Amino acid sequence: MTLLSGPPHVVTAGVDLLREALEAQAVPTTPVDWRPPLPGTAGALARVLADPRRRAANERAVDRLTSSRPLLVGVRRASELLHLPQPMFLHAGPPLDWERASGPMRGALVGAMLLEGYAIDEEDARARLESGVVRLEPCHHHRTVGPMAGVVSPSMWMFEVRDDVHGGVAYCSLNEGLGRVLRYGAYGPEVLDRLGWMDHVLGPVLSAAVELAGPIDLRALAAQALQMGDELHNRNRAATSLLLRELAPYVVNAAPGHAAEVLRFVGGNDHFFLNAAMAAAKVSADAARDVPGSSLVVAMARNGTDFGVQVSGLGERWFTGPAGVPDGLYLGAYGPADANPDIGDSTITETAGLGGFAMAAAPAIVRFVGGEVADAVAATRSMYEITLAEHPAYQIPALGFRGTPVGIDVTLVARTGLLPVVNTGIAGRVAGTGQVGAGLVSPPVEAFTSALLALAESALDPFDQ
Amino acid sequence: MSPAAGEAAVVVRAGVYHDSVTLMRVSRALSDLPGMDVALVAMATELNLAMARDLGFDPPPAGPADLLVALRGRDVAAAERELDRLLAAVSSARGPSGSSAYGMAGAEGPAPRTTRSAAARAGEDAGVALISLPGEHVLPEAVDAIEAGLDVMIFSDGVPVRQEVLLKRLAAERGVLVMGPDCGTAVIAGVGLGFANVLRPGPVGVVAASGTGAQQVTSLLDLAGAGVSHVLGVGGRDLSREVGGLSAVRALRLLDEDPATELVVLVSKPPDPEVARAVQEVVESLRTPVVSALTGRDDLTEAAERALRALGAPVPGWPSWPAPARRPPRPGAVRGLYAGGTLCAEAAAIAGGAPAVAEGKEFVDFGDDAYTRGRAHPLIDPALRLDALARVGPDEVALLDVVLGHGADPDPAASLAPAVARCPAAAVVVALVGTEGDPQDLHRQAAAFREAGASVFVSNAQAARYARDLR
Repeated sequence: MTLLSGPPHVVTAGVDLLREALEAQAVPTTPVDWRPPLPGTAGALARVLADPRRRAANERAVDRLTSSRPLLVGVRRASELLHLPQPMFLHAGPPLDWERASGPMRGALVGAMLLEGYAIDEEDARARLESGVVRLEPCHHHRTVGPMAGVVSPSMWMFEVRDDVHGGVAYCSLNEGLGRVLRYGAYGPEVLDRLGWMDHVLGPVLSAAVELAGPIDLRALAAQALQMGDELHNRNRAATSLLLRELAPYVVNAAPGHAAEVLRFVGGNDHFFLNAAMAAAKVSADAARDVPGSSLVVAMARNGTDFGVQVSGLGERWFTGPAGVPDGLYLGAYGPADANPDIGDSTITETAGLGGFAMAAAPAIVRFVGGEVADAVAATRSMYEITLAEHPAYQIPALGFRGTPVGIDVTLVARTGLLPVVNTGIAGRVAGTGQVGAGLVSPPVEAFTSALLALAESALDPFDQ
Repeated sequence: MSPAAGEAAVVVRAGVYHDSVTLMRVSRALSDLPGMDVALVAMATELNLAMARDLGFDPPPAGPADLLVALRGRDVAAAERELDRLLAAVSSARGPSGSSAYGMAGAEGPAPRTTRSAAARAGEDAGVALISLPGEHVLPEAVDAIEAGLDVMIFSDGVPVRQEVLLKRLAAERGVLVMGPDCGTAVIAGVGLGFANVLRPGPVGVVAASGTGAQQVTSLLDLAGAGVSHVLGVGGRDLSREVGGLSAVRALRLLDEDPATELVVLVSKPPDPEVARAVQEVVESLRTPVVSALTGRDDLTEAAERALRALGAPVPGWPSWPAPARRPPRPGAVRGLYAGGTLCAEAAAIAGGAPAVAEGKEFVDFGDDAYTRGRAHPLIDPALRLDALARVGPDEVALLDVVLGHGADPDPAASLAPAVARCPAAAVVVALVGTEGDPQDLHRQAAAFREAGASVFVSNAQAARYARDLR
């Protein structure tokens, strides 16, 4: 419709009186519920929105994010996949040293020292970590993601996920189950025993099974699971079942003697798929990296101290703020006082349009994260306000099979003040405790504000063309 | 000001946002409650926090995204209840927003938070975006609209000229029109956006770099029986050297292609000479005849008359109701108290003898950026002009414009006519810009100002001449 061909339908932003004047003329309007942007961002927003590269850059970045096709191609040891010179560990979130590490992060690092035999006991492990001889680097710097503490040490078995469209690879460790586990900072004997079993049995058997099965389409599994009530961060029950169904015959073929215990372990852990989903999300988000001028978020991650984001157009830089304490339900006698600040790379699922962004697909978990079904629907709907696209494969039945909101745009976060909705587990603040609950957490505003200011600094001036 | 007797309360409601005009109306409604001394409901900008302090309140720390409520009077609790009721009514009129952290989860979901989202919600139906946010916040919404393929009217002023040029370049790439910034009026296929008079449909299309200038010309055409197809505002800076007439050229071409438009009237302050040449080339390439009304070269009334002659229509005598002066004024002592910038400049050129605003502030444009920062346009909020009317000298003539139409004060005479009656001036002359179709009722408004002792003219130029020549 051209401007002059008939009375217009008017989108209004601003003075309500002018919208009323249109209504008085029986003209249909769609009002914007506008609010001032995050404090101190108006000038930066104007510069970033004026960057002549922005629009095409964001289209390209979000297209790469949503068109990636993650396949599970292998299960291999971290030492084979990653360059981890001894002694070096990967950890969740933005860069961190021992000094600033929280309880569960320290616990997981101690556990990894013991697992790898880098220390004779807990005290020795702490002393060595404190001395700084152990190199710590973020998983994200190594095409890797790790849930909660996200500690990766050389002997751990990893999912190897390849993007069949853009050619990237990403890795994530295998899920240990719930309760007292390394990723929540527990390192007691039962934790190390389980890790030992995973090292000797689970890893080799899955490795052989995946090799027999051939590449497994994780995007297809995730899409199906969304239609079965998962959101792929705090609920992975359907996806785990689907993966188990794919793998079971090959597990039996690969290792008939261990098949029952492996299948029982995987089937008994509702979150087993989470780590595969995270690697899939990571390989997709990485495909969207390094598009000059793009304001798309390509990573959100927490190390238990800081919450950090990375942006496509800003390379490897992290923009951080203090990690918040999640708001949610607690296990047993635990309460908010036992909770550690937010931790883990699992926010890569939200980065890729899953998790909190897909809450409307998972009515079963809304009580777990505190709320009504309507809140879950509202959470997903509000995320369309800050995302660039709707996912072509990940759909939500309750929203008429609308694609999930995907591709967080820093400028939209600053403009609306709406922060990404994140579903998460809650780690105990004391090293060795393990999981104490699960809930929702808000990222710190300053991570997005500082990313926006950096985008403004690097923006091209449209008048210099 | 010292704190008055009665209860006082100052609270901040974090994250509650309403536009300044809505809050001004709410504040006024609360002030009118019996026993209410002070009611300030405003966003907690530095300016408004300072105002609250000046009024004797001690506001807690807050920012521009928070709502500041400062009340003093006999029954503050009742005022707060009334405030809740008024704000709830505004919110429900504007669309659903609910109690949950993410807004209401109705069938439509939470209300759209950006123009991008609203345009997506409106889908194929959406044609135009009307943006009236504070100037520093306009660019993102306007970019959204252009990228969504919408034509954009930017009512706001205070948008940097570089941003204007950028938006108009983007619009040219996308094939849409940017009207504004500082575009007060537009009429598209009979629908008025911003301040717009109710005009009979007809053959005249208007391209206007001046909002009230366009309102004057089209109102006179309407009173003469000539109708209007569309009024496309382009913003006061469009024909400047920096902007280069980007929107004027596009608007001229749109009207040239429009089958309903037989004659185009171009209303502008005198453009940059180079831009004028470029625009003239475009004008000469059009099939539709164009009457150029460049204020300063000729007045708006003459422009309307030229348009009528071009249509082959008779030029009527313009309605006027002159009244004698209360006492002889000092000859030529005219104080112009204007809401419309172009009307002010026109009157100053006629009655002030010089481009006015600088000349001892005898002609004041209360619609200028300097007066509208942090408050509503004088076409909506009469407060500043009411004050100014009370301060006109007894040997001076007060000359003011009253502009009717959609968006403007629903009954300007209700507040201004009593002020005119009380005005100490030797005489008051009103330029009443409006049509018989306007919701305020032109004749009732004229009668109210006549009864208050003012002379009333529908032609601003005639009003200015009358004021100048009063003895």
